[in-house]
Formats: sequence, C-alpha cells, structure tokens
Amino acid sequence: MSNKDIEYTTVIGVEGPLMIVDGIKDVAYNEVVKIRLADGEERTGQVLEAFEHKAIIQVFEGTRGLDTKLTSARFIGETMKLGVSKDMVGRIFDGTGNPLDDAPPIIPEERRDINGEPINPCAREYPREFIQTGISTIDGLNTLVRGQKLPIFSGAGLPHNELAAQIARQAKVLGKQEAFAVVFCAMGITNEEANLFIKDFENTGALERTVMFLNLADDPTIERIILPRMALTCAEYLAFDLNMQVLVILTDMTNYAEALREIAAAREEVPGRRGYPGYMYTDLASLYERAGRIKDKKGSITQIPMLTMPDDDITHPIPDLTGYITEGQIVLERGLNKKNIYPPIAVLPCLSRLMDRGIGEGRTRGDHAGVSNQLYAAYAEGNDLRDLVAIVGEDALSERDRKFLEFADAFEQRFVTQDNHEDRSIIQTLTIAWELLSILPPAELKKIDENYIRMYHPKLNSET
Amino acid sequence: MPKIKGKIVRISGPVIEADNMHGSKMYDVVRVGTENLIGEIIRLNKDVATIQVYEDTNGLKPGEPVLSTQEPLSVELGPGLIANIYDGIQRPLPTIRKETGDFIARGVESDALDRKKKWHFKPIAKKGATVIGGDILGEVQETSHIIHRIMVPPQHQGTIESIVKEGDYTIDTEIVVLNHNDKTHALTMIQRWPVRKPRPVKNKNDPSQPLITGQRVVDTFFPVAKGGTAAIPGGFGTGKTVMLHQLAKWSDAQIVIYVGCGERGNEMTDVLQEFPKLEDPATGEPLINRTVLIANTSNMPVAARDASVYTGITIAEYYRDMGYDVALMADSTSRWAEAMREISGRLEEMPGEEGYPAYLASRLAEFYERAGRVNTIGSQKREGSVSVMGAVSPPGGDFSEPVAQNTLRIVKVFWALDADLADRRHFPSINWLKSYSLYLSEVSKWWGDTIGKDWLKLRNNAMALLQKESELQEIVKLVGPDALPARERALLESAKMIRENYLQQSAFHEIDTYCPEKKQYEMLRLMLKFSQLIEDAVSKQVHIDDLIIMKTYEGLARMGKVPNEDYPKHFKQLEHDLEKEIQALIKERVK
Ligand SMILES: Nc1ncnc2c1ncn2[C@@H]1O[C@H](COP(=O)(O)OP(=O)(O)OP(=O)(O)O)[C@@H](O)[C@H]1O
Ligand SMILES: [Mg+2]
Repeated sequence: MSNKDIEYTTVIGVEGPLMIVDGIKDVAYNEVVKIRLADGEERTGQVLEAFEHKAIIQVFEGTRGLDTKLTSARFIGETMKLGVSKDMVGRIFDGTGNPLDDAPPIIPEERRDINGEPINPCAREYPREFIQTGISTIDGLNTLVRGQKLPIFSGAGLPHNELAAQIARQAKVLGKQEAFAVVFCAMGITNEEANLFIKDFENTGALERTVMFLNLADDPTIERIILPRMALTCAEYLAFDLNMQVLVILTDMTNYAEALREIAAAREEVPGRRGYPGYMYTDLASLYERAGRIKDKKGSITQIPMLTMPDDDITHPIPDLTGYITEGQIVLERGLNKKNIYPPIAVLPCLSRLMDRGIGEGRTRGDHAGVSNQLYAAYAEGNDLRDLVAIVGEDALSERDRKFLEFADAFEQRFVTQDNHEDRSIIQTLTIAWELLSILPPAELKKIDENYIRMYHPKLNSET
Repeated sequence: MPKIKGKIVRISGPVIEADNMHGSKMYDVVRVGTENLIGEIIRLNKDVATIQVYEDTNGLKPGEPVLSTQEPLSVELGPGLIANIYDGIQRPLPTIRKETGDFIARGVESDALDRKKKWHFKPIAKKGATVIGGDILGEVQETSHIIHRIMVPPQHQGTIESIVKEGDYTIDTEIVVLNHNDKTHALTMIQRWPVRKPRPVKNKNDPSQPLITGQRVVDTFFPVAKGGTAAIPGGFGTGKTVMLHQLAKWSDAQIVIYVGCGERGNEMTDVLQEFPKLEDPATGEPLINRTVLIANTSNMPVAARDASVYTGITIAEYYRDMGYDVALMADSTSRWAEAMREISGRLEEMPGEEGYPAYLASRLAEFYERAGRVNTIGSQKREGSVSVMGAVSPPGGDFSEPVAQNTLRIVKVFWALDADLADRRHFPSINWLKSYSLYLSEVSKWWGDTIGKDWLKLRNNAMALLQKESELQEIVKLVGPDALPARERALLESAKMIRENYLQQSAFHEIDTYCPEKKQYEMLRLMLKFSQLIEDAVSKQVHIDDLIIMKTYEGLARMGKVPNEDYPKHFKQLEHDLEKEIQALIKERVK
C-alpha cells in the first residue's frame, strides 16, 4: 500500500501551529499532508522536518481542534503544487489555491511546485524599460522599470493601499500595447482594504486582467507562508510561459513575517533580531528574487511588495531585510500625511536602484538624471535649513538659503502632492521640476549639464 | 578505499543527518539521495554524519542513500577560469543554463573547466630538471593579456621525466611526468585544491604599494594596499555594491575575483553585461578578460553561499601563485555569516552573540588572513598578492553588531558608509570622519615618489579642512552661517568644494567614474590652492559671496568631468584663470 492511502492516526503532539506524527515511513521533506479532524473537517499541512519514522508538520489553517486521538494525517506524496492556467486571470483564490468566486474550478495546464526555482543569473536580462506610473515622486525621482522589485514602506493608517491601487491603475510602458496582468496577493489585510482594491480594479476594468489570492485578517495565519509562493508561481507562468507583463502586488509583508515568526517560535528556534528567525533574509529573498526579466522572453515580473513598518521604524527587521533584497524602496511618512500631502512619500530615504539604466535620452529624457539629482540635493538642503530656522529664525538666513527654503516648500506642495487620480506624464513631471528649480539661483544647478539648463530652464532657455 | 554508503535519517531544511557513515571525515563531500545532491559533512557523531546540502532539499526522504566521495570540497584550477561565472561550489552557470534552462534545477553535474577546449601550451621547464611545488612547467595564453602559468601543484615535486612539446592540448592531457623517489606521477593542466585550506606561500611581505582604484575618496583619503584588506559596512542602499563594482572595474589589479554572496541576481547580470563592454584602463582590454565571477545569489541554496567565499579566495590564491596581483570583492560577507548562523542553528549549536555561532570571529579572521603580499612557493622568486574587500550589511545600519565588529577587528581599512550622506545623494557615501586606513604611511611613499612629493601634505591639509568644517557646522547649527567671521566662512566654502567635488564621484558618469591618480593629485592641489586664495581674498575684504559666484568656481567644481586626456592643459588654464579672477576681485576692493 502506498503512503498516499494510509491514514496515520499516530499524532503524538500538537503545539502552536505544529503537529507531530509518529510511526510513519517514507515521508519527504516539505511534502504536503492532508489532515482530517474528528468531525471530518480537512486541513492541509506541510512537513517541516522529516525523520525516518516521525515528521513535524506545519498546519496552514491552524491547529485549533486538533487532537492526538482522532486526528489523522495522510501524506500525499508530493510537495506543494499549484495548478496553473491562463484561465486564472480574472479569478479569485483563497489561501490554499481554491477558487473563492462562484465560477467553476480551473482546469490546470500544468502543476508547479510553489517554491519555484532560482533564475540562473546568466539567464536574467537587466531590467531597463521605464514604467510610467503617473506619480511624480516615483517617475521623476525613483523610476520604476519592468522586472524591478520596488516595495512601499508604510505605516499603519497611511494611504499605501490607495497608492498601490493608483500605481496598478496608471502603470504603463510608453508606446507599447502588450498583454499585461496584475497578480494581487493579500496576506492578512482587512476585508475593507481588500475591497478597496477589488472596487478599484472593477471600476477600471482591470479586474478581468487580475488574479487575486486572498487571505484576509480573519483567515488562518500560517496560510500566509504559502500564499505569496502560489501568487508568484502563477505570475511566473503568466510572464514566462504566456509572455505577459505581470505586476505583482504583495500586501502586507509584515503579516507574512509575523507568520514566519510564529512558526519559528513554535519550533523553539534560536531567534534572530527581535524574535524573527535568523533565516528571514533568505526566506524573503526566495520571494522577492522571483521578480525579473529573462533573456529572449517577452514577459516580465515587476513586484510591489507593501509593508507596514512597526512603530514607523525603518530599522525594524521587516523593512530592513526587505530593503536589503529589493531594488530600492518608496517610503511613506506620517509627517507629510499630517500635512495633508498625498502621496505622503518621504523623498529622501526613497531609492530606485534600477533607475539609472532606465532613464535618459531615448527612454525618458536627457535631462532626467541631472534634474533628479538636483531635486534631491536641493530638497535635502532646504530640509536642513528648516531645522536651522527652527533655532535661529528665518532672519539669520542668507538670501540664497531663503531660496532653498522656499524651494523645499514648493517642492512638497507642487511636485510631491498630486491627486489620487492624477496621471502625470513624465514630461509633465519634468516640467514641474524645472519650474521649481527656477526658484534657485541658476549657478546652484551644478548637477545638471549646462546644455540642459539652456534647453529646459524656464527663465534661461533659448526661446525666451 | 572502502565505499562509505549511509542513509538519510533526518531532514531539516539544508541540513540532513545520515547514519551508517562510519569512516567519514569532516568536510568530505557526499552525494545525497537519488538525485545525487551535493553536500558536505559538517559534524560527525559516532556513525551519524550531519551534512549541509548545497542544493534544495525539497522532496528528499529519510531512507534515501548518502554516498561519500571521501574528498574535501575542492575547486578545479586551470585555464578557462577567467571570464567564467560559477555558483558557490564552482559549477559553471552558463553550462547549467544550457542543460536545465533559465531556472537552476537540482542535481546538475558539470565540470568547472571545459574538457574539450584546446589551449596552446608552451613548455618552459626542461626534461631532467628537478622541480618543486610552485615551479612553472609552461604557459598558456588564457586571455589576450593574461598568461596562465602552469605550475607544479604545491604537494608535488620530482624530476621531469617527460614534458610535451609546444602545441594545443586539452586541460586533462598529461603534459608532464614527474619522478619522485622512483614513483612517477603525471600532471595535467588542472590542479584540484580543497577550498577551506589556504594555499601555501613561502613568506608574507608587508604591503607597500597602493591598489589604485580610481576612486578619489579611497585612493587619496583611505587607501588600500596591494595585498591588503578592507571592509565596507553600510545599511541598505548606501552604496556597497556600487563601490565594489567600481573597485572591480577600475582597480589596477591584474586579476579580479568578484564573489556575489547572497545578494541580488540582477547585480550579477549587471556585471555580466557590463564587463565585456568596459575597457581596463591599464591594458585597453575588455574587463571581463581579467575577471572571474562567483554568483550565489540570495535565493540560491544557503549552504553553497558559505562555500562561495572559499571558492573565490582559493581561485584568487591560485592566480597569486602565478605572480599576479589579485583583488577579490565579496558582497556581502554578512550573508555568508548568516549562512553560518542558519546552519549552526539547524545543528542546534550553542549560539553566541545575536545567534551567530561562537566561531564566527575565527572564520572571518581565517578568511581575511588569506589576503596578503607574498613570495610564492617554487624555486624561482616570484611575488604576488591577494587584496580582499568585503561588504558588510549590518541590520538597521548599526555597526555595533557582531559581523561588523569582528570584521573591523581584522581588516586594515574601514570605509564607513553613511545613510545620511546616501539620502542626500552624496556618493560614494563614505563618511570621511569615521573611516580610516592603516596603510596610509605605507602607501604615501609611493605617492610621494611617483605622483607628487607633497602628496601627503595635500592629503592631510584637505583632511584637516574637513575636520575643521565639521566643528564649525556645530556652531552654524546654533547661530546660522552669517554670524561666522569671514575667514571661517571661507573655510566652510573650501571644505564644501572638496566635499562636493572631490569626495563625491559619480559611478555613472562616463568620465568621472574613474579618476587616474595624477588627475586626483592635480584636482586636490587646485582645490587647496583655491582654499588659500579665497582665504587671502577675504582677509583683503573681498566678500565671500562674490567668490563663490566666480566663473572659475564652477570650473573647479567640474574638474572631475574633464576628459582624462585633456585635463593637464585644461587644469593649467583653470589655475591661471583662477588667480586672475581673484586678483581682479581684490583689486576692485582695494579701489
Ligand atoms: N558612487 C556612486 N555614484 C552614483 N550613485 C551611487 C553611487 N553609489 C551608490 N549609488 C546609488 O545608491 C544606490 C544603492 O547603492 P548600492 O546598491 O551599492 O547599495 P548597497 O549598499 O549595496 O545596498 P544593499 O545592502 O541593499 O545591497 C545605487 O543604486 C545608486 O543609485
Ligand atoms: Mg548591495
């Protein structure tokens, strides 16, 4: 009799999200386990540690109601797989990959291991295609490119969902009409938050191009470990088999990390920083590194993971380890939000590491890099002066310094601030930038090549 | 040798246990399971071996076989290393791609070096000669500028019974037969060497020559010596990788080994796509023709990440033994340390600080100890060097954590990256007040002799200016800049000139990305001259605001971007104009 048909009733322990089964044989590491409770309810688990006759199993839907007497376990002989198909687009799935909508189950074209395999670095194509999000602080200063992983670091109560929805709504590659899809993976967010996305996708007609994987706040926490892996497996299929441009939104990674910590604690592992497991970097990398482009393939996976920084602390392990893996970060700030600035993007700590190769002549515009550097430098300087003004008063400032102060305010009001439905072209973004830079004495614009100053400076350009 | 064949009894992530492994040795390589995954023994307890597996263990089952190769983890050394890219255990990634496609599958077997390719071998040693380990048997032109010296492996010696004629051979052809104590031994162009064991040297010398990197803040302020060690710690996004890429591109080493250890896939792709296009300033050859890449990215198996730094340093030592100056960059040593921590955790070892194993410090020290300027083994005198530069990624950017602290105890150069500088796009964001180099006195002789006698003086004057600036900044914070006396405002402007236009250097600017040493010297000299001149001018009542809008001020600020062929003429003119412009301002005042 194969293992698949044996119902082991030898559960010897249940602890936190874990269950231990004894007296077994032939069980594989990471194999999927079907668990049956006394009342007939079925749950799913996965082998975390395999011994010759014993296995430690993490139970995705939680261990409430499990016992050591009547609960039984069946090992299905394979690791966690997801059936993939083009028909997934437009559908909604739950935390174990079953349809949540009323439509019939999909007929998979293929079943794939949800852990995926690492992309061979030799097979990668360096991402460099500019995605216009219509948001000035992103397009102008932290440009997103196809195949990038660019997270949003937020705080509780900040409008990161609105921002993500706006990006999903407005993102486009200029001059191209290609098949694209959104894979939306919700981990532990509230029903209301999920609805914000669903409504928005509905309104713009994006829903039919979206695959949703939902695990809401009241759904089992341990499912959150496998959910992004399923979402990314689906994304890989759409991107690299069906040639689609895929945007993956993962929210909220903080909930994912909490689930990871819960399992580590139950296994009594030596904790790393602040109780999170020492392997969290590697674990997160196994998700984030699934973004990218592959040589000779048309499709791409662009990832926008979102996370809420506990206590707005960017050095907390979740944002910290994320920042160490992703290709930059967009940081939201409570102070700006209080000033009613939307999107409340704190420009200085933001970064897009793939920007340099994605902008410039033929991609955005020749002056882009210089303008961006100049905006950064000038805003940083203006920001410093605010501190000084707080101590010595504005009168102690030189004429020059006052200009920088004025610039910093105008920058927040006119460049950072925009409407939730305002879709600015990159040219509009750069035009606003030049208007703001013209507040400063032209000799201060040292980061911009002289010929661009002549070409674009509203007060100096040759036409006027 | 009797076969050692055990079976798996436990699997926990990348760590497995196998019993019936009697006769195994620590660090022997084993083949695990029906898919023949590669692993290494890291603990022995009676007949149970604990093994770290270099590949994904998903789906592996207790009961599956484990077979020992009874050999420690080793690399293959020979022609064909250069321009190649390997994973942490030296499997060639291009070959893997050919075999398993765009994603890395498990259980792939592939020779590190191409067995089919023929290399043109020129014998040097003569039949009948007595040779020892390190002696050169012959040469192969590996790339247009790199001569690969085929050496007697360190553990061999004897009389040459035969040596092949000049001609084209594959690397596994027997090219030499040695006779030692009446036993013969055939040698090919391949050596194998266990990665965890340093290759022997005759003796170590003190580093004395700078490794010129073309990065001003490094070469002028915090230089690293050939054969030296340096660490570059910094929080995420502060510029570690860009700096290591810059060093890999522009250092005047002859061979570069770049180890991507637990970092991003795209960063390796970047190197792969850029290096063939960039020219080595010393030879004019594509940079890839002096580079070996090791890529074990963050999503590749964690145990192989541990191996990757050893693989890299062993290859570095091998080229050093040929007499080359080799530079190795490791990005990031923190990921390597984390791999140690993860494996140690699975072994349930007693954790040290922050969960890292107690042997963290000694592993780091052993690694950096493999750097150095050495006299190589062999009967001829030959000098070579390995310089090592490692990135450190401290959690939260806080340098007080164990990896940063233990590293700083060993290395001689500390490039402290500063998130605040990075936020305001001051790149490279190396903090000039916190960083240091213990090679300064060693290399200043070279600079004085070769570039300019007053180099050290200029360097120290610039540093003093920057230090003074930071003290003055404290006062400015309280009273505003206008309250300062004119002389101090002039000093602030001089420091600002150095900060913004000397320390800062854009890696992405076509010209500024690499600054030759003589140009560095001239830039610094001119900036300090500017400093003197404006100090003098303000003492003669010229207003500081008039000085910083001078035409030549802008010229000074843009010196880094002047093409490297034109700068001598250009700078001369600039110096002349500067003097004139300031003279004019003073004259106007006196009137
Ligand atoms: N010398 C430089 N010139 C211009 N830009 C730079 C320079 N150094 C760093 N940068 C900018 O900073 C960004 C981040 O640098 P880098 O990727 O080297 O950071 P890191 O310290 O390696 O981060 P992580 O630890 O997350 O890998 C780069 O993408 C680039 O935009
Ligand atoms: Mg890096």
